[in-house]
This record gives sequence, C-alpha cells and structure tokens, in this order.
Amino acid sequence: MSLLHLRSLIVGDAQADRVVPPSGFTAQLTLFVSGAMAFLAVFALALSMASGRLADRWAEELARAATLRISAPLEQRQAQTDAALAILQQTPGVASARALSREEQAALLAPWFGGELPLDSLPVPQLIEVIADTPGYDETGLRLRLQAEVPGAVLDDHTRWREPLVDAAQTLRRLAWVSILLIGGATAAMITLAANAALAANAQVIEVLRLVGALDTYIAQAFVRRFTLRAFVGATVGMGFGIIGVWLMPEASREGGFLTGLGLQGWGWLAPLAIPVLGALVAFVATSRAANKRLGDLA
Amino acid sequence: MIELENVGYNYGGGELLTDVSVQLAPGSFHFLTGPSGAGKTTLLKLCYGALTPTMGRVRAFNMDVKGLDRDQMAYLRRRVGVVHQDCRFLDHLSILENIALPLTVSGRDIGQEEANLQELLSWVGLSDRAHATPPELSGGERQRAALARSVILSPDVIIADEPTGNVDWEMSQRLLQLLVELNHMGKTILVATHDLSLIRAAKKQVQARVLRISNRQLQQAGADL
Repeated sequence: MSLLHLRSLIVGDAQADRVVPPSGFTAQLTLFVSGAMAFLAVFALALSMASGRLADRWAEELARAATLRISAPLEQRQAQTDAALAILQQTPGVASARALSREEQAALLAPWFGGELPLDSLPVPQLIEVIADTPGYDETGLRLRLQAEVPGAVLDDHTRWREPLVDAAQTLRRLAWVSILLIGGATAAMITLAANAALAANAQVIEVLRLVGALDTYIAQAFVRRFTLRAFVGATVGMGFGIIGVWLMPEASREGGFLTGLGLQGWGWLAPLAIPVLGALVAFVATSRAANKRLGDLA
Repeated sequence: MIELENVGYNYGGGELLTDVSVQLAPGSFHFLTGPSGAGKTTLLKLCYGALTPTMGRVRAFNMDVKGLDRDQMAYLRRRVGVVHQDCRFLDHLSILENIALPLTVSGRDIGQEEANLQELLSWVGLSDRAHATPPELSGGERQRAALARSVILSPDVIIADEPTGNVDWEMSQRLLQLLVELNHMGKTILVATHDLSLIRAAKKQVQARVLRISNRQLQQAGADL
C-alpha cells in the first residue's frame, strides 16, 4: 500500500465517505466486537507478561538456591552441620552457606504444625541454605564429597519442584499468547462477517457506483475505511476499560501469592496501546479481503 | 466507436442474441426496438461491458471489451453514459449529489464543478429540486436526473434503456429533446424503446437509424416507422 493510499485511508474524503450509506447493524457489531476483544486482549496481555515475569523470577531465584539437609542422630547433628558448612565454604562456586536457626525452621513448619511446635522433641533435620555464585558449583563433585565426609547430608537443588513450576509459568505465558492470537482471529472472522453483510446489503449501491465508473479500489476503500475506523474506535474504548480493569487488580504481594501479581508493570503499561492499532490492522486486512472477494464475485 | 461483431449471447437457458453485428459511429443516433424480452437491454449491456458476449466480439473505443480488467472497465463506463429505465440512484443522497456521483467517484472536486452542475440542473429543468432525494421525485424528474448524471462527465456515447417508459407523452418529448440536443453536440446516442411515436418524433429532428431485434437477430427497421 502506498503512502498516498494510507493517507487517504486515514484522512478520508468527505464526498467519498457519503457514497456508502451508514449501516446501523454492521456498525454496532464491529464496534462491539472490536471493543470486547480489545478488553479481553488487555487481560491476556497482562497474564502473558505476568507469567513471563514469574517464570523468569522463579527460574533465576531457584537456580541460585539449594538446600542441604542434615539427617543425623541428635548427638551427631551439630558436628555434621559444622563439617558440611566447612566443605561448602571451601567449595568453589558457593557464594554463601548458612545453617537455618531454630526459629527459621519452626517458621517453615508453622503452616502445617502451628506456631507452638516443640522442635526439640521431633527428629527435624538441620537445614543449610546454599546460595550459588555465577556460574555455580560442581554439583556432582559436591555430592560425592558430602557423601564421603558428611553421611547424613542430602543436597536438594530444588530441581524436582522448580522445573514443573517454571514449566507451568511458561505454559501459562504461551497460553496467553495463544489467547491473543485467537482473539485476533475471532475479531477478523467477526469483522469479515460484518463486512460481508454490509457489502451484501449494499449490492445495489455497488452496482450504481460501477455504473457511473467507480474503480473497485474506490468502492472497496469506502467500506474498508469505515470498518477500519470503527474497529479502531471500538478497540480503543475496549482497551481503555481493560487497562482500568487491570489497574484495579490488587498489587503483587507475598501474602497474595501469584494471583495478585497479574497486573502490568513499568513499560508494560504501554503495551496495550498497540491493541487498537492491531485491531484496526486486523479489520483493514479482513475488510479488504472481504471487499475484494465480493467485488470480484459481482464483476 | 462501439462495434459489435457477430455477437451472440446465451443466458444459460438458450440463445438470446445470435450473430449480431452493428457499428455505432461517432455522432450517430440509433433507436433499438423489439418486443419485450427480445434482448434490447442485453444488447445495451453488451455495448457498455456490463455483460460479456458468449460469441463474437464487442469493441469499444478500439478496445476489446472482453479483455478489459476491472479498472479498464470502470474507465470505459466513464466514457459511456447510461440511463436505466429504473434510473438507479443512491436514495440516501440528494439529486444534486447523485448527478455529481460520476465526478465524485472519479476524484473530482464537486466544489469546483458547482457552476457546471447548476447549468446541468437548469438544462434538465431540476434547479428547484437539487436537494430533494430520489424517492421525492416524479418519474419524469428521475429520468431527467438520470440523463443529467449520464452526461456529467461529457461521455462520447449515451445509452438509454427505455428512458420514456414511465413518463407521460409530454415528458417523453422533453427527454427526447434533451437527447437530440446531446446528439447535436456530437454525442453518439443509442436508445432502446418500444415507443414508436417517440421514434417518429425523433426522425423529424435527427437522422436516426432504427434497429429491431427479431428472432434473436438484429435487423435494420423499415421506412414505415
């Protein structure tokens, strides 16, 4: 499409705009569909961005942290803990290692056993938090050394439960993008139907325009411009409501967990601005195809 | 200007026109007659490219109509003014806008053509009806408006399909007068009609050739008309 073509599509021509009669049903359908789809697209976009952030954060945080569990008889536990800490301090790639205090361990168990847990009367293993450096430590080597020198130590690098979580977040992000694509496809389908209905309802107008020498591009543009602008306006309104909806969602908090972090952040708030433009583009392509096909059939 | 060579047209249900040959020379005036259903409208549509012949060849302005693409066809229609019996207006536009429609679709600025439009409205006697919509006009007024629309781009050929079909005798004489004036301006005129009195009246004013469709073929009508 030439720049002149694009300009005439945006600026329009008052005379040409009057040639096609305004049609209420298809106008309302296009406005409603593009508005509703833009509203949904904002949420899908927010979900996609939030799940992406979550996947990255989980992957990064969990990849750096590991837990060493000392399951030894009570009388050997402190000695094995000290030995394990000594090994960890000597291991290249380990940034820090510290044994969790009794209070910290009690706090970890509190959600299941309550706050008054008598930790001394239970065979609770000692936990050591290991934070890896970049690029990390030799995990196999560390396991072998611990096995030899600290028989009660078990190294858990969180892989077992980290991977499903990261996978879940990434799947959620992919699903959100699939939703956006489906929203775009559904919008295109609905606008194509509306455009076809408008073209069929105006078959006589098209006949008259051809009779007086109108080019098919002129006739098509009269319909395409109308549908593109309607889709843009509808999508802008829908996007506005969608942004308000996302803005009204609770902010991310540790207590609220995943569901409170579904909003947009930083530059992400500008991303929905692309939705009306994309909506108009979808309407432009859908209506152009419908108009060209219809005019070809009528030729 | 427009030439049909051994043209045949088949609607699918049988031959409507067979081996039709005719030449519309520049500045000539033709009447096309024949009984209802004989194929007068089909022949007119073949002349301005609304239909494609199933046999033979139609040439307009030295171009084979069959080989024209959609854009070329639109440019052809700007050179051929067409008046339908049912006029075919856009009912949501005023008569002035309808008459100016060929200008609008060809990208001309209506504001700059205001004087020409007023002159044309005056010529067809519709100056006081410029802002009425088509449904508000009488049959005769609609025919005159359709004629005005057909000549706004100053086409070389004017084709009219039963232009006096829905009007009284006085109005049909008025329309004939307008067509004769256009012919005197050098325009080629082709009028399909079954109104023999109109043809007789025209022959007193212009040298008109009368063609008759009979038994799917085109014949030169006799001097009895």
